[in-house]
Amino acid sequence: MDSVAQRLSAVGAGAALELRGVTRLFGALAALTDVTITVRPGERRAVLGSNGAGKTTLFNCITGDFAPSSGTIRFFGEDVTHFPPYERIRRGLRRTYQISALFPGLTVQDNVYLACRGVSRGRFSLLRPGQNDALMHAADNLVQAVHLAVVKDQRVAELAHGQQRQLEIALALAGAPRFVLFDEPAAGLSPTERAELIEILTSLPAHIGYIIIEHDMDVALRVVESVTMMHNGRIFKEGLPEEIQSDPEVQELYLGGGHE
Amino acid sequence: MSLAHDARVAVRPADVAQRPARTWPEINNPAAWIVAVILLIMPLIASGFFLIEIFATTLILGIMALSLMFLAGYGGMVSLMQLTIAGFSAYMVAVFGVSGNANISLGWPWWLAVPMALALATAFGTLGGALAVRTEGIYTIMITLAIGAAFYYFTNQNWAIFNGHTGINTVATPHFWGVNWRADIPFYYVVLAVAALCYFAVEYLSRAPFGLALQGVRDNPRRMAALGFNVNAHRVAAYAFASFVAALAGVLQVWNYRQISPGSVSVGACIDVLIIAVVGGITRPIGPFIGALIFVLLRTFALDFLVRLGLDGNRFRLLIGLGFLAIVFWSSDGVIGLWQRWRQSRRPAANRPGGGRGHG
Repeated sequence: MDSVAQRLSAVGAGAALELRGVTRLFGALAALTDVTITVRPGERRAVLGSNGAGKTTLFNCITGDFAPSSGTIRFFGEDVTHFPPYERIRRGLRRTYQISALFPGLTVQDNVYLACRGVSRGRFSLLRPGQNDALMHAADNLVQAVHLAVVKDQRVAELAHGQQRQLEIALALAGAPRFVLFDEPAAGLSPTERAELIEILTSLPAHIGYIIIEHDMDVALRVVESVTMMHNGRIFKEGLPEEIQSDPEVQELYLGGGHE
Repeated sequence: MSLAHDARVAVRPADVAQRPARTWPEINNPAAWIVAVILLIMPLIASGFFLIEIFATTLILGIMALSLMFLAGYGGMVSLMQLTIAGFSAYMVAVFGVSGNANISLGWPWWLAVPMALALATAFGTLGGALAVRTEGIYTIMITLAIGAAFYYFTNQNWAIFNGHTGINTVATPHFWGVNWRADIPFYYVVLAVAALCYFAVEYLSRAPFGLALQGVRDNPRRMAALGFNVNAHRVAAYAFASFVAALAGVLQVWNYRQISPGSVSVGACIDVLIIAVVGGITRPIGPFIGALIFVLLRTFALDFLVRLGLDGNRFRLLIGLGFLAIVFWSSDGVIGLWQRWRQSRRPAANRPGGGRGHG
């Protein structure tokens, strides 16, 4: 027993993200059942599955928005199962939301500035940032990187949908992310915007791994090296993108399963 | 980030340098300067009655409403206990300082009693806030209202410290440097100075990381947690700051009336602060002061006005209520919202700035 436990923790130590037996119940409904996933640092993985497969619940458990009903979650070897979300974020975890979760009353610049401030010191600072504030420059660079420089002084409520999606990604890349969870980043984007998204994802530094939930296979399979297929709250299949794409069971369930 | 490798997104330093000045937005506004000058020379224009009963009272109520504006406008937390915190602070000044009730008051000099009152009232408000931040929306209102109501009934029934329904009378006011600081003109300037300090502090904080984060918490607390912020700690800190502001107003209030009794901390008075803030507008720190001026003018003159129309003078609250309804109906951000819309409608559409301040 002991040696098995030791071996398991040794496996966990090298992983960016390690979930063991994670279950999440909503009343009698099991949104996640016994999910075990290990993701290497720098690994890029897609999570596929129909609506209700438990993909977003999985993200919510990893970030701590919901506590898992049972199971453990390790982030770079550290047991974060009972950490509040902000403690996980400060350790380098990031996420985006399927429905943009932005600050509509603030400008684009201030949204990104808050993201930079959240993962650094001085969150309670009473002093306004000066002209040469390092975080303000970091925010400027991030705003440029997601092509939002022209609207940086506009309130987020006034942005177009595609711009909000880009800002959503910028917020997740502030500071020094080590691992990012992208929840349907391409939802509602035009073909041009999708191309830009793919470019942003593929140009991320190699040490930043991510999990992406994406229904658009064109996007998903071009930006990942491995795929996890979920069904009814369970891991259904794991493999390389081409294996998953050509798997008859997967096609039955997902690609041919009435999904647009 | 090393994302910016694309030619289209090459960093243009000019862009960065052109960031609008984030310092004092009012500094180029001639109207603000005119108001400031009028406030400074007010003792030359106004009689003692106007100076204290109208303007000092407006400023004191304005500071209380400002503390609510800070919580509600920036933090999205509607607290009905701001007047209670001010009242607690006023009671503490009377209890620790010098008053006609020698069996209660400890007789400390004002420069000891006031910091004590500020510290205790801030602690009281922070504690109340720590309870309130566990809830959202209407439940925050209920909890803070319950704290206000509990304090009102407690002061009514406690004789050892709060002297029951008679309250504490003839509270001493500061005299030093040969000045009676409760005389009309010096007191007006004390109140004006504190009000200006609070106003500029709130204005300044709104663009500091703490204030920006608070606005983030207002807009989307869940996302703030997902950016690394401890949302509840931020909310409690906001209550601490707002409590200190309310406590300052309480000290001024007890010096103004030289007495404090449960009538000053009644539930109705708690709600008046909410009305003042909403009528003035909770998106900017000037709103509460405008609301307070409207409230004080109505309270003072509506009586005569109504009697002249042959109505019961005590119906001035009816006027306030109707005004409140009208404002909430036509403008969700109060009088300043009406003013801003009127100004924008006079400006050609093309010149409109991309983003207004505050929330929608």
